[in-house]
Amino acid sequence: MSKDLFLRLLNASGCLDALTAPEVARGLDGFVTKTITPLPREGNAPPRIAETAHGMLNAIGLANPGRERFLADTLPQLRELGVPLWISVGGFCAADYAETCAALEDVEAVELNLSCPNVDEAADSAAEIVAACRRATALPLYAKLSAAHPDVAEVARAVAAAGADGLSLVNTLRGLAIDPRTLQPVLARAQGGLSGPTLKPVALATVFACYSATKLPIVGMGGVTCAQDVVDLVACGAQDVALGTVLFSDPDAPVRIRTDLTSADLDEVFAAAYKKSAVLA
Amino acid sequence: MSRRERLSVNGVETVGAYTLLRLDRGTLDPGAPGQFFMLEAPGRLLPRALSLCLAPTGELAFLLDAVGPGTAALCALEPGDRIHVFGPLGNGFRLDVGRPLLVGGGIGMAPLPYLRAAIGDAPVVLGFRSDRHAEAAALLPAAEVVVDPVLVTSCIEDGYDVLACGPEPMLRAVADIAPDAQLAWEAPMACGYGACYGCAVDIGGELKRLCVEGPVLAAA
Ligand SMILES: Cc1cc2nc3c(=O)[nH]c(=O)nc-3n(C[C@H](O)[C@H](O)[C@H](O)COP(=O)(O)OP(=O)(O)OC[C@H]3O[C@@H](n4cnc5c(N)ncnc54)[C@H](O)[C@@H]3O)c2cc1C
Ligand SMILES: Cc1cc2nc3c(=O)[nH]c(=O)nc-3n(C[C@H](O)[C@H](O)[C@H](O)COP(=O)(O)O)c2cc1C
Ligand code: FES
Repeated sequence: MSKDLFLRLLNASGCLDALTAPEVARGLDGFVTKTITPLPREGNAPPRIAETAHGMLNAIGLANPGRERFLADTLPQLRELGVPLWISVGGFCAADYAETCAALEDVEAVELNLSCPNVDEAADSAAEIVAACRRATALPLYAKLSAAHPDVAEVARAVAAAGADGLSLVNTLRGLAIDPRTLQPVLARAQGGLSGPTLKPVALATVFACYSATKLPIVGMGGVTCAQDVVDLVACGAQDVALGTVLFSDPDAPVRIRTDLTSADLDEVFAAAYKKSAVLA
Repeated sequence: MSRRERLSVNGVETVGAYTLLRLDRGTLDPGAPGQFFMLEAPGRLLPRALSLCLAPTGELAFLLDAVGPGTAALCALEPGDRIHVFGPLGNGFRLDVGRPLLVGGGIGMAPLPYLRAAIGDAPVVLGFRSDRHAEAAALLPAAEVVVDPVLVTSCIEDGYDVLACGPEPMLRAVADIAPDAQLAWEAPMACGYGACYGCAVDIGGELKRLCVEGPVLAAA
């Protein structure tokens, strides 16, 4: 946790490449990697992104170098940045996740991506995956959930019982955009994950529900663009906050938001929000 | 060094079917020809990628084709308005070529005025879809201009080092004629600096980020 703030400011997984933009990553209290899968993935065919009203869709499809190359090439380079590392882990069954967890050491935390809308769902339940990872590592385990589940608080309780140390909330929601000229979906994969300001009320509701249900530490995210959005997430129970889509339009967002959060007037609001979340029922 | 700054609009001019947006440069570096900037499009969530067209003293100028809401919002700016601009980004054209020939198709002519200023007096061929679009050739005095159905590729002679920007079919045709050409490509971009993986294109059989590897790529 940074000295000047009550919380850690992170990036949202898949929304920053610390190796191409190290100066942006250094403005964060931790760098979260793009989700790593056991085998390399090229990702989905383009077009992969579309702008919507107050949001965007992405169907990147977990493009990543795969576990082996990540551990051999990417991770050592990331360590040189001197920023605490959060490794986002994905897969298609509990064993996939657990094997990656077992291969990780000396990182700040592991975020289990249990909710990517752009690949077919893992066959095992979120709780089974968390339990398998719990057996595989002593590192802090954050379960990243989607708000699309009809009872996300129930999923949060299940992953808490399975040994999760924290929650990352929220991942994107499935959406679709139509090209007005062709009346065809803009994205090659038709559907994609909706992110950005349009997602914020969903994020607040999800953080609120899951904090009430579990009291676990939560990394809140979804549509954060300014310091007030951070305060709102904290008021709902988030302990730390991640920046996603805002980084695309404003790579200086980490510095800007940190500055605003530490400014005199917001300090009090923020402290009040933080205390409130600590006593939320 | 790329950075993000809020710049003032100095002028908005009509150039044929296109719009030339002139911004006060602030402390931004104009970069190399073929590099691009991400411009805040008022009222839109994501910035838009634009190649630097001209770099008069103290200014950065962009040539715009209003094809949708983002470019329309940029063309509707007025002098004195301020927008965030981030750049320069990506890899531009290599200038160490023997016999340069600049080839532009439509709005793809945008980076060529700045490129010609940097590379010296090189021949230019431009293709447009209508006479009104072709008026933008005024930004490149002495350019050879063709209008549909004549194609720019019919004007490319052997023995030149081709530097080209234009629509994808044109770039593919140029690559067939001039395998050593340098081509400036486009892809939908959310960030322009490698963060989103949205701009993936097939480069040498692999999907790579155009904003990091390009936008200017070797044809072969
Ligand atoms: C490196 C780079 C440099 C560019 N330089 C210039 C420039 O100098 N001047 C200029 O006018 N435009 C330039 N463009 C294209 C410009 O960024 C897009 O036209 C713009 O983002 C479209 O936004 P919009 O909201 O106006 O339209 P949208 O509604 O987003 O798109 C309108 C139509 O254009 C298509 N489209 C959107 N973005 C792109 C894209 N990036 N490439 C190909 N097709 C697209 C859409 O599929 C749609 O059919 C450049 C693009 C890149 C990647
Ligand atoms: C382009 C893009 C790629 C993403 N990739 C991942 C990913 O690999 N793993 C993951 O857990 N979440 C991924 N996400 C989801 C974000 O981490 C975040 O949960 C979501 O975007 C909501 O936050 P935001 O509104 O601030 O962007 C991605 C989001 C975007 C926009
Ligand atoms: S535009 Fe975001 S990675 Fe290229």
